[in-house]
Amino acid sequence: MSAKVLIADDEQNILISLEFLMKREGYQVSVAHDGQEAIDAVAKDKPNLMLLDAMMPKKTGFEVCQEIRSNPDNADIIILMLTAKGRDTDMAKGLALGADAYMVKPFSTKELAQKVRELLGAAG
Amino acid sequence: MKKTDWRIIAGTTIVGVVCLIWLFVSGGLIWLALEESERAAAAVAIGPRIALLFLMWAVSLVAVWMVLGYLVRYFMTAPARLLENAQVLLGTDVKRSLVPDGSPENKKLTELINQLVEQREALREEMDQRVQEASRNTELEKNRLAALMSELTQSVVVCNLDGRILLYNNRARTQFRALSKAPSVAGGVELIGLGRSIYSVFDRKLVAHALENIQHRLQRGAAMPSAQFVTTTQAGQLLRVQMTPVRAVKIPEEGSDDAPLQTNEVTGFVLMLDNITRDFEEDSEKDRVLYSLTEGSRAAIANAQAAVEVLEYPDLEPEMRERLLCVVRDEIHSLGKRIEEMQTSSANSLRSRWPLEEMLGADLIEAAIRRIEASLPVKASTDQVDTSLWLKVESFSLLQALIHLAGKLQVECQVQTIQLRLQSNGQRACLDMLWSPLEEGTKAVIGWEMEQIKVGTETMSLTVQDVLTRHSGDSWVEREAETGRAFFRLLLPLATPQEELAAGTFLRSESRPEYYDFDLFKSSELSRSLDDSLLTELTYTVFDTEATGLNPAGGDETIQIGAVRIVNNKLLYHEFFEQLIDPKRTIPPETIPIHGITPEMVKGQPTIESVLPAFHTFAQETILVAHNAAFDLRCFQVKEKATGVVFDHPVLDTLLLSAVVHPNQESHRLEAIAERFNVTIIGRHTAMGDAMVTAEIFMKMIPLLAEKGIHTLGEARAAAQKTFYARLKY
Repeated sequence: MSAKVLIADDEQNILISLEFLMKREGYQVSVAHDGQEAIDAVAKDKPNLMLLDAMMPKKTGFEVCQEIRSNPDNADIIILMLTAKGRDTDMAKGLALGADAYMVKPFSTKELAQKVRELLGAAG
Repeated sequence: MKKTDWRIIAGTTIVGVVCLIWLFVSGGLIWLALEESERAAAAVAIGPRIALLFLMWAVSLVAVWMVLGYLVRYFMTAPARLLENAQVLLGTDVKRSLVPDGSPENKKLTELINQLVEQREALREEMDQRVQEASRNTELEKNRLAALMSELTQSVVVCNLDGRILLYNNRARTQFRALSKAPSVAGGVELIGLGRSIYSVFDRKLVAHALENIQHRLQRGAAMPSAQFVTTTQAGQLLRVQMTPVRAVKIPEEGSDDAPLQTNEVTGFVLMLDNITRDFEEDSEKDRVLYSLTEGSRAAIANAQAAVEVLEYPDLEPEMRERLLCVVRDEIHSLGKRIEEMQTSSANSLRSRWPLEEMLGADLIEAAIRRIEASLPVKASTDQVDTSLWLKVESFSLLQALIHLAGKLQVECQVQTIQLRLQSNGQRACLDMLWSPLEEGTKAVIGWEMEQIKVGTETMSLTVQDVLTRHSGDSWVEREAETGRAFFRLLLPLATPQEELAAGTFLRSESRPEYYDFDLFKSSELSRSLDDSLLTELTYTVFDTEATGLNPAGGDETIQIGAVRIVNNKLLYHEFFEQLIDPKRTIPPETIPIHGITPEMVKGQPTIESVLPAFHTFAQETILVAHNAAFDLRCFQVKEKATGVVFDHPVLDTLLLSAVVHPNQESHRLEAIAERFNVTIIGRHTAMGDAMVTAEIFMKMIPLLAEKGIHTLGEARAAAQKTFYARLKY
C-alpha cells in the first residue's frame, strides 16, 4: 500500500504543484488549507508524512507541529516543514518543536521529492 | 580726666611707708643710744622742727610719685597699649601701622609688628587674587561647558545618585515637553527642573538596573562603562536612554605630576535621551516591508518554481498545463506589484533597531534569578551556565520577559521552583527557563509569548515575542524527553567576547548647563526632616493666584496661577509656571482692572481640574511660598474634591514672615514690603509678576530671619505662627 501524504499550505498556487507532484510519486495525497484543517485531517486519517507550511492562518505550522507531537500516537508521523522563513532561528524552532526536516522556500521540486522519498524510506 | 594708675598709688604708698619705718627705726635706735642728757637736748633741738621732717617726707613722696608715673608710662603702659593694638590687628582685617612709643625696645617691637602686618596684607592680597583667578577660571569653564551643551542636539540630563537633576540642556527641556501628560498646561516644566527627581519620568527600577550594570563593569575594570535602556513613558513615548556614570575624582598628592584620577566611586550619572517613538514606528514599517520582500517573495518564487518544474513533465493534461501557467503568471504579477510597492515606500532606509548591549551571559542569569526571586514567590537557581558566553541584549526588557514567564508559570501551573540554563548552539545562545510540569504536555503554556508582558501590576506594551524579535531571536516551549522537564527556550544573539571597544566616545566636557547647579551634588541629606533643614538649602515654589473675587467658598474661582522656583538659594527665572484658567463663570467687571484678565482671555483655556494637578506636580517636593498664602491655599482646598489633589506641602507666608522681620512696620502689603526691600515691581497683579516679587522679597528675608536666629524651616514656621497676623482666619 502506498504511503499517505498530507499537504498543508494556505497557498493554492503551490498546492496545485505539490499535489500533482506527490500523486505522480505514487502517494495517496490529501490537502489542508490552514492549520486547523491540518490537525483535523490528521485526526481523521493519520498520514505517514506531512508537508507542513510554517505560515498558515488559524494555526501556524509551528503550533500544528507541536500539537501533533503532543499526542504520542502521532509520534510516527514524519513532518517536513516548508517555510518562507529563512532565518536560522526559525529552523531551530521547527526542529525543536518536532519537525523531522525543514525546507526553505523556494526549493527545487526534485529535491523535495527526493527528500520525501528518503524520509519515507527511512521510516519504513 | 584720666584715672590715676593704681600702680603709681601703690608704689608711692609703699615708698612712703618704707621711708616712715626707716625714719622711726633709725630715730628709735639713735634715741636708745643717747644718754639721758643728750636725749633732752635732742628733744629740744628736734621737737619743734619735727613738722619739717614730715614735710620733707611728703615732698620726696611727690618726687617719687612723678618718677614712678614716668616709669610706668615708659615701661608698662606703652607695651600694654602695643599689646592691645596688636590684638586688634590680629583679630580683625584692619590695616594700619602703629605709632612707635615708649622705650627703644618697645619702639622696635612696634616697627616689627608693623612689618608683620604689611607682610600679612601682601599675602592676603596675593591669596585673594589667586582665589579670584581660580573662581574666574571655574566660571569660565562652567560657561564654556554651558555653551557647548546648549549646542548639543542630543538631550542631556545630569543627576546625582538620588536621581535629582543637576543639569540639563535646552534640548532635554523640549524633549520633556513631549513627555508631559499635560503639554498645553505645564509644557514639561513640571517634569524637568533643577533639583527635581528624574524618577518622575523614569521608572526607578530601570535606572537602578542600569546603574547596577555600570557598577559591575567598573568593578571588572572597564574604562568607560555605559548602559543603555529603552523605556516607555507615561505619555506613551518610547525613549532610548544612554547612561554614563559621573565618577569621583581622586586628586593626586601635592607635588606629584599625576593628572587627577577617576575612581570607581559613582557620584551621579549622565543620561542622554533619544525619543525613538518615531524610529520605532518606522522600524515596524521597515520590518513589514522587509518581510514582504524576503519571506513573501520566497513563497511566491517557490510557487512559481514548483509550477514551472511540474510544467516540464511531458505527459501533462492540457487543463493542468493551463492551471500551472496561470500560477506562474499570477506569481510573477504579484512579485512585480510587490517590488513596485517597495519602490514607492523606499524612502525608508534600514536603520536603528533597539540598542543591544554586550553583557556577560552569566551576569544576565544572575540578575534574572535575583529579579525573579525578588518579585515572585518562586525559587530560582542555575542549571548549566556557560560562563564564557557574551550576549547582545537589551537586558531590562529581557528580564521583564523572564519575570513575566516565571510569573505565569507560578500562577497558572503552580510552579514553585525554576532553573535557568545558558548554552550555545553555535550561532546563538539558548537561554532556557526549566521547570518540572505537573501534567503531561506543554499545551497549557503555548501562546504565552504572545501575551503582553506583565510584571507586578505593570503591563508593558510589548510581548515576549516582541522582545525576542527585537533581539533577532525567537522563543518556544520544549520538553526534555530524558528528565521530563519542560522549558522555555529563548534564542539570543551572541556577542564577541570583548569589553568596551570605543573608549572616549562620551562627550562629557561638551555641555552648556544653561540650566545647571552643581552644588546640588552636595545636598543629598534629604533624609533630614524638612523642619530641621536650613532655609537656604530648601527648594521653594513661590506662587500667586488671581481670582474672580475674595470668597473661594462662595463661588469665586481661580483664573490664573503663576509660580517660580528657588533652588539652592537661587531664583530660577526660566523654570516658571504660568497659566490662565477658564473659571466657567463670569468674571465680575469691577475686578478686571485689578487683575487685567478679561473673559476673552480665559476662553478656551484649561479648567482648574487639569491645571491644579499640573501645578501640584510642578510644586512637588518643594516648600510653597506665597504672600497671604492662606487665601490661595483656601482656593485650592475648595477644589480638592474636583481635582483630586491635596496641597499638603509645608507653607511659608511672606506676609507673616514680614511681620517677624519688621514687627514695628505698619503695612505688610506686598507693595510696602517690596518698597522696603527696594524690589522693583513689574506687572503687579498678574499672578506671575506677584510671584516674582514675592520670591525676591522672600530671598531678601532669609538673611534677616537668620539675624533673628531663625535658620530652619521649623523655626520660620514657628515664628510666623506667633505673629499677630497668624491669628487671622480666612
